[in-house]
Amino acid sequence: MSVTKRIIPCLDVDNGRVVKGTKFVDIIDAGDPIEVAKKYNDQGADEITFLDITASSSNRKTILDVVENVASQVFIPLTVGGGISSVDDIRLLLNSGADKITINTAAIKNPKLVSDASEAVGSQCIVVAIDAKRKDSSSDNVWEIYTHGGRNATGIDALKWAEEMEKRGAGELLVTSMDKDGTKEGFDLELMKEINSKVNIPTIASGGVGTLEDLYEGISVGNADAVLAASIFHFGTYTVQDVKKYLKEKGVNVRITNE
Amino acid sequence: MKTIAIIDYGMSNLSSVVKATKYVAPNSHVIVSSDFNEIDSADKVIFPGQGAAKNCMLSIFEKKLDSVIKKNANEKPFLGICMGMQVLMDFSEENEGIDCLGIIKGSVKKFNNSNKNIKIPHMGWNKIKKNNEHPIWNGIKDESYFYFVHSYLIEPESDANIIGTTEYGGEFCSVISKKNIVAIQGHPEKSSSAGLKFLKNFIEMK
Repeated sequence: MSVTKRIIPCLDVDNGRVVKGTKFVDIIDAGDPIEVAKKYNDQGADEITFLDITASSSNRKTILDVVENVASQVFIPLTVGGGISSVDDIRLLLNSGADKITINTAAIKNPKLVSDASEAVGSQCIVVAIDAKRKDSSSDNVWEIYTHGGRNATGIDALKWAEEMEKRGAGELLVTSMDKDGTKEGFDLELMKEINSKVNIPTIASGGVGTLEDLYEGISVGNADAVLAASIFHFGTYTVQDVKKYLKEKGVNVRITNE
Repeated sequence: MKTIAIIDYGMSNLSSVVKATKYVAPNSHVIVSSDFNEIDSADKVIFPGQGAAKNCMLSIFEKKLDSVIKKNANEKPFLGICMGMQVLMDFSEENEGIDCLGIIKGSVKKFNNSNKNIKIPHMGWNKIKKNNEHPIWNGIKDESYFYFVHSYLIEPESDANIIGTTEYGGEFCSVISKKNIVAIQGHPEKSSSAGLKFLKNFIEMK
């Protein structure tokens, strides 16, 4: 008996509404964040991640209302990411009811933000997102950090970055393979394995889930502590229950509540 | 209307606890306070906490909350959550050692990770095994899952007060009770239906 592996549906939020299919198809309105979050909670989600993709900065405060409203009715850990660049942003979200904050580009621009934030609000609240792409020329296991959804290379080595983020007080790492994201081919398992051999904080595997087997491999081969997926849940390919039932049959320790 | 006071010692994000308490007690008056009289006149007291033990104790002394915590812990239903459980003990090993409130006999220790086989903090969903009957467990199944985030655990002197245990690198006391006090290491406010039931049971405690 130990902590269970977590299943985390990820919701993209644009101007206060949950949307889906941001990458390859037109954005489709998928509804009210409270209703969607409740649905996943009822299915047994262990945590819910909101990614604020609102483009206009003047509309960014709508995410605070979303968090406030969801946190008043859904009582599992809520993680929020997207456009967070200061300790003040983090405090506002935590005060609205978020439990953890994902920092991405801002950590690359200013790594000290991770130290300052974990000092100010505690490591348990700080998740650093790592978007990594395998170096083209490299047959070795070398990955580079990218920003802006995989468009901008930073020159930073992903494994060294993971170690630095742990040292600076990150409580968790959300690892997305930019090679796999949106492909439905499964996680980059080598990337997960390598990162997990470098750090001792929990890791969340993300990017590329198409099947139940993919989720299982993220945990069993990639050694991830949690798996995050968006489209398989939003498009109803699988429910969180389906995932947990499958993982349990494979011998993975998951939280099943209705037994 | 009953009043439930949530103690604010200034170092903790209370929004989740406040929201969950309002959700399970819609007919109660829920206040967040660091004022002696407000807390002392409430019908029930919730003492949540997070962060480091030393900062928590320093803030408690700075805001002169120690006397109202000690008084109320003896008088009315009193719920400690996470750090709000740990500082009820005599002493914590955290931050090179710090004296705590001494309301429950025992100490707070770091998880033993000499085998390097567990990640610290203990973060995520884990089972609580009921050790003893208690009204706080009404309608909650044995081995229900609760959400945890912590690096230290309590070791009470007496096993008699332990009402729940959890496995993580060994078995530890995750829920304790002493007279009108209940304290839990996990976060009922983030533990979905089992956690809400736990909070509701506390609200209904006499």
